[in-house]
Amino acid sequence: MSTGVITASYIGASALFILALGGLSHQESARRGNLYGMLGMGLALVVTIFGLVTDNRFALIVGMLAGGGIGWYLAKKVEMTQMPELVAILHSLVGLAAVFVGFANALDHGADISGVEKTIHDVETYIGILIGAVTLSGSVAAYLKLSAKISGKPLQLPGRHLFNLGLLLLSIWFGVLFVQQSALGGGTVWLILMTLLALLFGVHMVMAIGGADMPVVVSMLNSYSGWAAAAMGFMLGNDLLIVVGALVGSSGAILSYIMCKAMNRKFVNVILGGFGTGASKSGAAAGPAGEAGDVKSIEAEEAADLLENAREVMIVPGYGMAVAQAQHIVYEITKKLRDKGVNVRFGIHPVAGRMPGHMNVLLAEARVPYDIVYEMDEINGDFPKVDVSIVIGANDIVNPAAQEVPDSPIAGMPVLEPWKGKTTIVLKRSMGTGYAGVDNPLFYKENTRMLFGDAKESVDAVLKFLSH
Amino acid sequence: MRIGVPKEIDDGEKRVALTPEVAGQLQKLGFSLAIESSAGEAANFDDEKYREAGVEIIEDPKELWRSSDIIMKVRPPSQHPELGFYGVELLRKGQTLISFLYPAQNPELLQALSERGVTALAMDSVPRISRAQKMDALSSMANIAGYRAVVEAAQHFGRFFTGQITAAGKIPPAKVLVIGAGVAGLAAIGAAKSMGAIVRAFDTRPEVKEQVESMDADFLMLNFKDEDGSGEGGYAKTMSAEFIEAEMALFAEQAKEVDIIITTALIPGRAAPELITEAMVTSMKPGSVIVDLAAEAGGNCKLTVANEVVVRHGVTLIGYTNLPSRLAAQSSQLYATNLRHLLTDLCPQKDGEIVVNMEDEVIRGATVVKEGNVTWPPPAPRISAAPKADVGEKAKAAMEKPAAKPAHPLAFLIPLAIAGLVLFGLGAVAPPAFIGHLTVFVLSCFVGYMVVWGVSHSLHTPLMSVTNAISSIIVIGALIQISSDSTLVVVLSTLAVFITSINIVGGFAVTQRMLRMFRK
Repeated sequence: MSTGVITASYIGASALFILALGGLSHQESARRGNLYGMLGMGLALVVTIFGLVTDNRFALIVGMLAGGGIGWYLAKKVEMTQMPELVAILHSLVGLAAVFVGFANALDHGADISGVEKTIHDVETYIGILIGAVTLSGSVAAYLKLSAKISGKPLQLPGRHLFNLGLLLLSIWFGVLFVQQSALGGGTVWLILMTLLALLFGVHMVMAIGGADMPVVVSMLNSYSGWAAAAMGFMLGNDLLIVVGALVGSSGAILSYIMCKAMNRKFVNVILGGFGTGASKSGAAAGPAGEAGDVKSIEAEEAADLLENAREVMIVPGYGMAVAQAQHIVYEITKKLRDKGVNVRFGIHPVAGRMPGHMNVLLAEARVPYDIVYEMDEINGDFPKVDVSIVIGANDIVNPAAQEVPDSPIAGMPVLEPWKGKTTIVLKRSMGTGYAGVDNPLFYKENTRMLFGDAKESVDAVLKFLSH
Repeated sequence: MRIGVPKEIDDGEKRVALTPEVAGQLQKLGFSLAIESSAGEAANFDDEKYREAGVEIIEDPKELWRSSDIIMKVRPPSQHPELGFYGVELLRKGQTLISFLYPAQNPELLQALSERGVTALAMDSVPRISRAQKMDALSSMANIAGYRAVVEAAQHFGRFFTGQITAAGKIPPAKVLVIGAGVAGLAAIGAAKSMGAIVRAFDTRPEVKEQVESMDADFLMLNFKDEDGSGEGGYAKTMSAEFIEAEMALFAEQAKEVDIIITTALIPGRAAPELITEAMVTSMKPGSVIVDLAAEAGGNCKLTVANEVVVRHGVTLIGYTNLPSRLAAQSSQLYATNLRHLLTDLCPQKDGEIVVNMEDEVIRGATVVKEGNVTWPPPAPRISAAPKADVGEKAKAAMEKPAAKPAHPLAFLIPLAIAGLVLFGLGAVAPPAFIGHLTVFVLSCFVGYMVVWGVSHSLHTPLMSVTNAISSIIVIGALIQISSDSTLVVVLSTLAVFITSINIVGGFAVTQRMLRMFRK
């Protein structure tokens, strides 16, 4: 196959990938978008396998089939509530692949180039492996955090900023050594040492970030996996990799930005880790907002009664709904109420859950039609008209302290405003605080009723009483 | 413990302290229940309903008083008109009485209760703090009284409340003035408003202005220097002479104009202030109606006769003091629920045993006699009013927040200039191939930026999984190198192919699976 054909195919593949992302702008065109993506990937693979691969086809096919089989199995088996974990672990694979490809390239291309070109190529290799390794270990740490195999609490080592700075300076120094020695045909040692440093850095970075910031972390790692691909593209002089890497990298960066904005946090602060370093005084800070008093609890039967007599119902789901797997029963309730002529809608906060769009996917899984699922900005103005809001397993995203307490750690974070409606029912396991560790004055509001218990059991009970 | 509910014996009292619905909830707390036969009849709850709810029906009231550990009532105990016994005399040590008791007005009742050695909780002494709202029977009764006041006014008012234009002519809307915007006043405002009247309200406490306006009524302002009428525990206090003078002038002016006046002005433990003078009544239009909710405490209008409807100077004055009892089913339900909330707090173990914990502010406030010792009045409650100072501070904080410093109009050029210099520097040393790739890279970043902003928020998870799949395009790098002669390179490349294949297939498949779920 001629180089021209290959390049042309790569242009086609790039275009298809752009169309794939463009397709996701609407639910209607999203599936077509995904097909474009598959097509682009297929085209690129076929052209490369038949145009550039000359040997070792057997290893290639075995690798592809085995990998593909595992991928297929994972995709079929995964629970929608585990999507954040799956995405995190898949990111780590991209990082690992980048490390492998980088090393293979460093070992393979001994001396065909020299001078400035050689230097640039080495720097590209070095940076590519660096990003790949950070993505790899960061994603693994994120996966462990998300699947609760390790604690979600931010790990705050003393002097961690200095530690990070040290790692950075060390990597730069190793980089210089690598480029110098690579020009003489060696330097692999430095590459390996840097990889270890980068792995350490990735783990440390993610460990320092708290549970509520996980959506930012996941999208940031998404971005890194893209930059790793782009760096590989530079290294190999392959425009397709550069294009795709840049697309993915900017996509992840935008998602991170949206998530940060939804929490009113600076990206740098999230990355530097730890939720609000002054978190220890947060409890006291939130104190004045909660008008002294206790909460009013409610039984499932009364909750069902309230719902049946409402005209406008808003459901605000959070991570707790995902943990309890309550989305299916929530939709049963929704259907029942809609059949009775109650207008039930869902209000979704951008950072609800553990990754961008997590709640939407869960509700879609429960077959909730997407046209009754609204974003925070679309729906917040409607709360005064809402008779009953149900908050299921959400806390910080409905915390009025963000608006009312200027010195609260979450002050200024945009939140959903169920307290502006007539009644709010909060489904909650206990009176504990959310991930931000901030007390929630919503629970003490006069028009709030608490329905304590496991989210799934509570909605089950409500559904039972609705059936009567 | 066994709860007994006697039939109310006072004249015209139709309420009952237990409904079948609440009975079920109390049983869940571990109590057993008994009720006097036909106690709920006047409130439309017959014995059969109670029996179905698991309540024992007892014919003889004396037996009920004797056999119950806890007596729940609405009105304070009084002499039985037919059987001729006084409930308090049947009580003995260890029993508990929960009822309206009005300890300030009934010192001899407290004395009698303490002599019997019982514990007594007065529903009217529950402190008015936010935590105790669910058991605040005064508020729930006041709410009903306010609503019923409007119904009574409508009954005696010869015209519509709402304005209409009909073929037979125009009907002007009724004008209603509500004095005192407490719980009863607000309920009256709501009821009158929903019947279509024009509603105005007055209160000495300026902070209720917002509440009145939230109900779509006009709040009448006094042309007077600031004086805040908020007293302890959310009640109003007595105002200065100048203030009252200005207030009376306002009422005199309003009286000429409005059709219905509903007065709810009460200061706890004192005679009701006179707000509507005889001269004002005379100045009202014939057929107007005054509902005086303070009739029991002497009335806000001297012409009111308690428990009666009288016509003076062509104006109907309604002085019913039993308005909640006139909506017996509703008020029984709310009162019984208030009792249930109190019992829930009294019985933290849910084992049917009550604990009168005097450390608890609410229970302390409600308990007027504890095991024979008079514990009324309680220490002063903490103020429940809104933290005013806080509001001021917040406003100040908002004011102090400085406006963002306006950026220099050409400031945006600086990053551009830096980027330009960097590119220029690169271009000077780097080989053309690199610059070519860099072009592609930068343009792709912009394309990605534009495209991804368009992605719907609800599709962010699919976006991540699909970008994850396509970032596995890195497989191309592995494929290019897999044909190498070096075994190590082949191994590394094969591993990379294996890993990325997981990603490609997994990523696309899971995206497809998710997208299939999104449906209208």
